[in-house]
Amino acid sequence: MNAYRSIIITSSALLLLMLATFVGCSKKQEVGGVGDAPAKVYVAPGTYDEFYAFMSGGFSGQVSVYGLPSGRLFRVIPVFGQDPEKAYGYSEETKPLLNTTHGFIPWDDAHHPQLSVTDGQTDGRWLFINGNNTPRIARIDLTTFETVETIEIPNSGGNHGSPYLTPNTEYVVASTRFSVPIPQKDVPISSYKENFKGTISYIKVDSATGRMNLAFQILVPGINYDLSRAGKGPSYGWSFFSSYNSEQANTQLEVNASQNDKDFIAAVNWKLAEELVAQGKGEQWPASYYHNYMDAADVGKSEVMSGVRVLNAKEHPGLVYYLPTPKSPHGCDVDPSGEYIVAGGKLAALIPVHSFSKLQRAIANKDFDGEYDGIPILKYESVIAGEVKEPGLGPLHTEFDGLGYGYTSMFLSSEIVKWKIGTWEVVDRIPTYYSIGHLMIPGGDTKQPYGKYVVALNKITKDRYLPTGPELTQSAQLIDITGDKMKLLLDFPTIGEPHYAQACPATLIKDKSKRWYPIEENHNPYAIKAEGDARVERDGKTVHVYMSTIRTHFAPDNIEGVKVGDKVYFHVTNLEQDWDVPHGFSVMGSTNSELLILPGQTRTILWEPKQAGVIPFYCTDFCSALHQEMQGWIRVSS
Amino acid sequence: MLSFTYFFPLWEITLEAPQYPEGLGLEIWINQMQGQHPGDLNKINNLNHYIGMKTIKPESIPELKIMPWVMRGVMLLGLLVAATGRRSWLTFWLLIFIAVAAAGLVDFYLWGYDYGHNLDTEHAIIKVPGMSYQPPVIGAKKLLNFRAISLPGIGGWIAIGSFTIGLLVWLWEMRRQRKPATNAA
Ligand SMILES: [Cu+2]
Repeated sequence: MNAYRSIIITSSALLLLMLATFVGCSKKQEVGGVGDAPAKVYVAPGTYDEFYAFMSGGFSGQVSVYGLPSGRLFRVIPVFGQDPEKAYGYSEETKPLLNTTHGFIPWDDAHHPQLSVTDGQTDGRWLFINGNNTPRIARIDLTTFETVETIEIPNSGGNHGSPYLTPNTEYVVASTRFSVPIPQKDVPISSYKENFKGTISYIKVDSATGRMNLAFQILVPGINYDLSRAGKGPSYGWSFFSSYNSEQANTQLEVNASQNDKDFIAAVNWKLAEELVAQGKGEQWPASYYHNYMDAADVGKSEVMSGVRVLNAKEHPGLVYYLPTPKSPHGCDVDPSGEYIVAGGKLAALIPVHSFSKLQRAIANKDFDGEYDGIPILKYESVIAGEVKEPGLGPLHTEFDGLGYGYTSMFLSSEIVKWKIGTWEVVDRIPTYYSIGHLMIPGGDTKQPYGKYVVALNKITKDRYLPTGPELTQSAQLIDITGDKMKLLLDFPTIGEPHYAQACPATLIKDKSKRWYPIEENHNPYAIKAEGDARVERDGKTVHVYMSTIRTHFAPDNIEGVKVGDKVYFHVTNLEQDWDVPHGFSVMGSTNSELLILPGQTRTILWEPKQAGVIPFYCTDFCSALHQEMQGWIRVSS
Repeated sequence: MLSFTYFFPLWEITLEAPQYPEGLGLEIWINQMQGQHPGDLNKINNLNHYIGMKTIKPESIPELKIMPWVMRGVMLLGLLVAATGRRSWLTFWLLIFIAVAAAGLVDFYLWGYDYGHNLDTEHAIIKVPGMSYQPPVIGAKKLLNFRAISLPGIGGWIAIGSFTIGLLVWLWEMRRQRKPATNAA
């Protein structure tokens, strides 16, 4: 045991040393903006970028939208975090989206944006993203770039391998990162092996509305499930999940979860699971979780759901198999043809590639190498298609260009390595600055990648930008992959951690973008359709102000009769029916945020006056020449 | 042919300003007034209230109720004229057509005049010496930050086309009648 430990510590030190050396010398190799790079990323004023890129905000809990190739930031979409700029999570309409069984949680750790797909190709309808910390999945509507739905995942201890989609967005998946007692109970942590379990959840997506609904869960051995991809083409009907800590260690995982030479990729036959559920197999387990969504009136609703159908993997032969995969696999990616499943091992010195057809043959021949907690382990030699040898250090994630090449990010050696599918030989490599995690090729996980660029999503930037104290920006790097040699074109800073990103051609989204909400379709119960309907109504200690905004006044703009201790709800309807003309609303001493009301929308903010006086309110979104005059007063009596 | 005027706008007023790259304008149809794009009328009214101009409410413009009847009259008459095939009747029809068109344009001018001059003085916030907010009857004019361009729409061109055909027939008839006369001489 001690010998093992010293080997690991020595080799880690060696890796760090190599990393330091690499960073030290690579700086001299590259001078930014060389050759024709500026022309390749220049998007002239008034013209558009070719791609929308959706980047996760990591620990900011949000999604940011960039244009490629320019790297210009267009918008930050609040998802799991409150955003005072847009009143998301502050307005009464949007607060319900952040409800969970643990209460109102205005933060999460958002990692993997996933664009909806039809026939394995991006369709530009929705964007899904996971909340790692308090297991959740959110859906963003790409006609409005607004979060419209969140669903909590029960029986989960951290939602990392999520929300990877099946090829027609039939399901989004959610796999447990941390195994925990399921159902939860008070047990010693050292009883991990007996008591801890994992789940893999399949959430059905309504193909017309996008509405999510937890269809079933699969109970799996208690290890860490990391990343996932769905099969496609020949492997349609299967999903693959990388996993680690097959040691089932419960302390000092850094060392104790790195002992086994091989961990697993779990292959899950979700088509079979679907059939089993249809046959009434599995058990209905008690569970409580929130499902929040914007309803037809554009008002957030929270429903507490109960119960979930659970299939225990070991009771249903053929449902789950383990593919042995070298040392702590992290990434798990499927190539455009659907035949190859590529693993990335944080500590591995090669990239193992599994073959789906070999997997099928091995299952038919029962080429098993024993079982793990009731799940059959397939023989490594029987399922492996090839290994990319000496790719660099710390291979993590792979995306594809659609031309027969894989591109793998190398965390420890800070580089991207390009290799050929089939021959498994490395054909090119390029340094990244620094510590790349995920990488992204537009459509790089689909049946037909758009190629063109690979974006490196880097964890640290060190000396790449002007310093901003101890905390520096994280960054993305745009690399041209159209030629034989990869070429760095552009660096740009990102919001939070650019954990993963997805991109699609702008044409898939641009023309469907909503310009305003038709006022006649505004069914918010507190909406007013014309200025003449503006009014103030008292109901006990609650005051409802039905307010309208239009360039450049509020109605009413003089409000009297409010008392200290009242709850005042400002229901503000923006009567404008014009593109890009929102109005804002804020009142002095407000303890939450402003409102941002899009044209035709109604948004409500709660204000609780604490002292008597006459308090001003005003429009916060510069709307016209008389924006400064857009103001009013509310009189508060004791 | 004139019946096509029901399916296309007679007149169009387009407003150009840097803030409206997507276009903004009004279409005057025989029996209605509407935006060139969905929401345009609402946008124009919102902008207008801001400088004290009246709200355009298509349902309260009497001309839009009268015009279809007038046009139907002109059409019926036109058919009658065609049936009789008499030149004097055609002359009469053309004169009526001119009168109707003139009345229409005068009315349009008066409407524009009232619309552009008869401001709610309490709201006429931006005043530029010598400038009224009256849109042009035909042609282009600068109105504050907008360039207003007023031109016949497809329906208008059809009406002009109908009139031109009528006129050509009239001219041709005149020549034909004159010819036998010269022959006889
Ligand atoms: Cu305003």
